[in-house]
Amino acid sequence: MNPLSRRDVLIGASACLIAGRTRAAQVFKTDEVAPGIHFRRGVDEDATSSNNDAIANIGFIVGREAVAVIDPGGSLLDGQNLRATIRQTTKLPIRYVVLSHVHPDHIFGAGAFLEDKPQFVGHALLPNALAQRGEFYRGNLEKILGQGKAGPVIQPTLLVKDQTQIDLGGRILKVTAHGIAHTDCDLSVLDSQTSTLMLSDLLFVERVPSLDGSLKGWLAVLAKLKTVGARRAVPGHGPTGVDWPYVSRDLERYLGALLTETRQAIAKGVDIAQAAKTVALSERDKWKLFDDYNGHNVTRAYKELEWD
Amino acid sequence: MGLNNPRVWVGVLLLAALQPAFADDEDAQERGARWKQLQESIFPKREVLDSGGIITVDAPPRALDAALVPVELHMSSPVKGIYLIIDDNPAPMAAHFVFGPKADPHDLKLRVRVNAYTNIHAVAETQDGKLHAATKFVKAAGGCSAPAGSDDAAAMADMGRMKLRLLGDFNAGKPMQAQLMIRHPNFNGMQMNQITRMYTPARFIRTIDATYNGGQVFHLDADISLATDPVITFGFVPHEKGQMTVVAQDSSDAKFDHSFDVPGTPAG
Repeated sequence: MNPLSRRDVLIGASACLIAGRTRAAQVFKTDEVAPGIHFRRGVDEDATSSNNDAIANIGFIVGREAVAVIDPGGSLLDGQNLRATIRQTTKLPIRYVVLSHVHPDHIFGAGAFLEDKPQFVGHALLPNALAQRGEFYRGNLEKILGQGKAGPVIQPTLLVKDQTQIDLGGRILKVTAHGIAHTDCDLSVLDSQTSTLMLSDLLFVERVPSLDGSLKGWLAVLAKLKTVGARRAVPGHGPTGVDWPYVSRDLERYLGALLTETRQAIAKGVDIAQAAKTVALSERDKWKLFDDYNGHNVTRAYKELEWD
Repeated sequence: MGLNNPRVWVGVLLLAALQPAFADDEDAQERGARWKQLQESIFPKREVLDSGGIITVDAPPRALDAALVPVELHMSSPVKGIYLIIDDNPAPMAAHFVFGPKADPHDLKLRVRVNAYTNIHAVAETQDGKLHAATKFVKAAGGCSAPAGSDDAAAMADMGRMKLRLLGDFNAGKPMQAQLMIRHPNFNGMQMNQITRMYTPARFIRTIDATYNGGQVFHLDADISLATDPVITFGFVPHEKGQMTVVAQDSSDAKFDHSFDVPGTPAG
């Protein structure tokens, strides 16, 4: 084989330097879904090394005196980018970082906000969920993104058992802890001033929902959320600002199909493996990533409903 | 000799053709060595033959949920027992069924945890003591160390509750399928609480005995690889109406038993 030319060596070396350098945080585009509420739309993909797990809708709310982050992002870099984006908009202190639930695409950016010494706001059951899953998720994320890129597991410092209020100065956010639904530790945030409900993964739009809590519980929580009097919602995945409660109909239709058809499969003695291939297929063309999640959702639903 | 040598390529292609289930030859070799090692420790000095059409094993090639992988076994002749071995799980021997006189040992379904990409071996022991193995490669990861979920809390809350579903109609003397469900978290001792740095202590179903009117249907020795809330679908031959009695014992020596009417109490 020919020895490498000096030019090749130089190009190779500089490529290594670029790859090895820590990427500086970059400001990303956000939508102002209501006055003072800014959200970045996540991509409709699963975590990959090229998307930095920036797949969830994450954002921030600006009050007169302080800022609240509503989900810090899917990786340390995603969180750093969010922080840079906030700093471009306002110099107000970041006093609260809401961790909407335990899933990695929403919370692994939390480490980027440690320097702000905020209150990390979580469901009363989040510490338990993080204790059980945090390191497991971090390990998996590092495998996808690369060593040191996931970010630390951050435990909440302000626990919400039922409901709590966050005051940003002239802007009070109502944070509600829900019963088991999408997961067992879901929070929603209501900004009454703009009638905006930030639902994180209690609401999926366009991207197929993923079930990690209770199907019956989720439907019950949705029914309650439809009555809180918000006009607009921000889903965890999908377009950043949507009409509420109108938009819940798609999610309810999917969860309803999952409930009805899984129950039918159980009643007919269709086993769990077969059910995973046949339930809710009428929804297949209506959601992105359907094939990646539906079988898993059916498995979860089946396991829940077979004990009824 | 390098990869430019055509003879090497022929060898590689041949291997690939013979073992299409494996990602690459190195993995295949490792898996082969692993299985050889397992055979020697589980079946010392015994020959494990090919399935020979006696047994087949099926599972999703890519698991939808690593903590709940449905496995289906079919046996073409009335075998004495079945070993289910998940090669790369921390405790590979997942289940050993021994069938009794009341069994119809042709179909069996159960749900297991799978911790890594692995071969699953189902080994049937025939009445004359021969061993026949069938294999299925499953892609799944983290099913054993996977964190406990909300299901585990529910399972803990009513541990020992059982359900028996009869699948199909009762015809005296004809085989029928039944699905046995047992509420049990089946903690495998591998889930660590990162705050306390303590593992949730293992607590899992160790044995299940099913009898029909006093005659054995099956005895199961299980280990930490059964999924939370074990569910087992099996066949039996009821020669008359009667009762299916199930006794399960877990690793903390808790005993759970329940009797079910067959064909079941008529409605109303």
